Amino acid sequence: MGRKLLLEKAHVEGIRTYEVYRREGGYRSVEKALKMAPADIVEEVKKSGLRGRGGAGFPTGMKWSFIAKPEGIPRHLVCNADESEPGTFKDRYLMEFIPHLLIEGMIVSSFALGSNASYIYIRGEYAWVAEILENAIAEARQNGWLGKNIQGSGFDCEMYVHRGAGAYICGEETALIESLEGKRGNPRIKPPFPAIKGAWERPTVVNNVETLAAVVPIMNIGGEEYAKIGVGKSTGTKLISACGNINKPGIYEIDMTISVEEFIFSDEYCGGIPNGKKLKACIPGGSSVPILPQNLLLTTAKGEKRMMNYESLSDGGFATGSMMGSGGFIVLDEDQCVVRHTMTLARFYHHESCGQCSPCREGTGWMERVLKNIETGKGKMSDIDLLWDIQRKIEGNTICPLGDAAAWPIAAAIRHFRDEFEWHINNPEEAQRKNYGMAHYADPIHVPTPPVTA
Amino acid sequence: MITFSQEKLAKVAELISHYPQGRQKSALLPVLHLAQDEFGGWLDTPVMDYVASLLNIEPIEVYEVASFYSMYNLKPVGKFMFEVCQTGPCMLNGSDNIIDYIKQKLNIKVGETTADGMFTLKTVECLGACGYAPMMQLGKNYREHLTKEKVDAIIEECRAKAN
Repeated sequence: MGRKLLLEKAHVEGIRTYEVYRREGGYRSVEKALKMAPADIVEEVKKSGLRGRGGAGFPTGMKWSFIAKPEGIPRHLVCNADESEPGTFKDRYLMEFIPHLLIEGMIVSSFALGSNASYIYIRGEYAWVAEILENAIAEARQNGWLGKNIQGSGFDCEMYVHRGAGAYICGEETALIESLEGKRGNPRIKPPFPAIKGAWERPTVVNNVETLAAVVPIMNIGGEEYAKIGVGKSTGTKLISACGNINKPGIYEIDMTISVEEFIFSDEYCGGIPNGKKLKACIPGGSSVPILPQNLLLTTAKGEKRMMNYESLSDGGFATGSMMGSGGFIVLDEDQCVVRHTMTLARFYHHESCGQCSPCREGTGWMERVLKNIETGKGKMSDIDLLWDIQRKIEGNTICPLGDAAAWPIAAAIRHFRDEFEWHINNPEEAQRKNYGMAHYADPIHVPTPPVTA
Repeated sequence: MITFSQEKLAKVAELISHYPQGRQKSALLPVLHLAQDEFGGWLDTPVMDYVASLLNIEPIEVYEVASFYSMYNLKPVGKFMFEVCQTGPCMLNGSDNIIDYIKQKLNIKVGETTADGMFTLKTVECLGACGYAPMMQLGKNYREHLTKEKVDAIIEECRAKAN
């Protein structure tokens, strides 16, 4: 069992309440932080090696150090709780079960950044989670952790929950800021970056829920100690939300030293594939990252065991690797259709494109239509190259990364499962009745047996 | 005349206070949620105009936002709205079957409302409950691990609530 830093106390009876959370050692990091200089807290986070947990994996301490500090202009911390990447539901879990952990991390982070008004931008559908957070904020306030002169330190901080209204794009930080300002979620052209001109043209830092929660253990055990957990540049623990065709879907906190094979097959984690079926493919980091067939998922192209960390998951680049992304781990069994699955993702990105940039606005809909044709037996062989061409022309040609996010899953599906697309086109009627099954790539690969766990 | 109750107006004032002075437009999304809950589950033009007047912004600023976000309904919906997720992870767990079953059971197509105005069926994209698939949103809550039996029970539950 790996070390748990975020969810260790998540199942203590009543941990959602301030009283129990405090009794279990909650808010100690705030006590510690308020006695430090803000710059030293930023240093501590830098030392920890913490990387943004929303998907991009950018070093958090470095992001914090970019914030501008013009005289007399307020600064803001905004928590990105617009969790909408298919396969990702970890932030919801954290906020729902241990809301004070996020609030505690945000108070420390607000102090470090000099934010006197911090916001949690939560996706609109998580209405009941927003209520849980509002209750927790009220409790924290009553107990002197928010408001004026927190714990006699002279630091003031207010915290507000802002509900979105259904838009994946608002997970992109500049779209989120637009939405916070009461506008459509159209991403902004960068620069200026939010650290210079963010919400209300003020310096703003936007961090993911899990990132801000991780600041608590970093303060408690120290950045250096935190950096010792994990491997290489994948420090600390990561929440993985596992779903799809597995026996035990749910949230797992891993310390990034376990292998993908262990994660899928061990009873401690996903518990293998239901009904004795074989593993066909997996999207390891949320729907935007490349899908990998079983062989490349479990071992890298170099023949090394693939591990559940940033470096190993991206080993081989997009040719033979994928990404850690948001930790949304989607498993497909042998009976799943890659064409249909890819079509649902294309539909998702089409639905969620904000419409600002033509390549994404037009391209996502076009890809959805072409995929739908192939899926329903109306595809042509030239459609495969057409799809490849469209996604190439979206990637890198849009203001925000949604374009890339829409292009990558299509590219990877064609790259690794081209034979399945061809089979659909050549056998339109058969493809309506049955699935392609395991792909040819999988033939020489043995199906792994669950490792023995202690 | 469309108007919030005193209690709701106080809530609007509180929401506006969350944002910097002169930036009351920032409260638009939360105030639209309030308005939709208050005025029949959808945003008619007079309702949006009223929200614009509360925030001292132009009506067009409200329309463009209301039409952008998927949670705001711009036409009437049933008393109960089944918003069934159909994205990848839910699809892997049989959301297509659930959608088909609801269509058949309520005798409506996706996007339609039953003749008695009770139920609307809507397909939605990922709601962040992938591990508990298939799922749907019903009002402010999620219904997860859906089966045909559960759908039956939910329909009964809604009918009972309406009576």
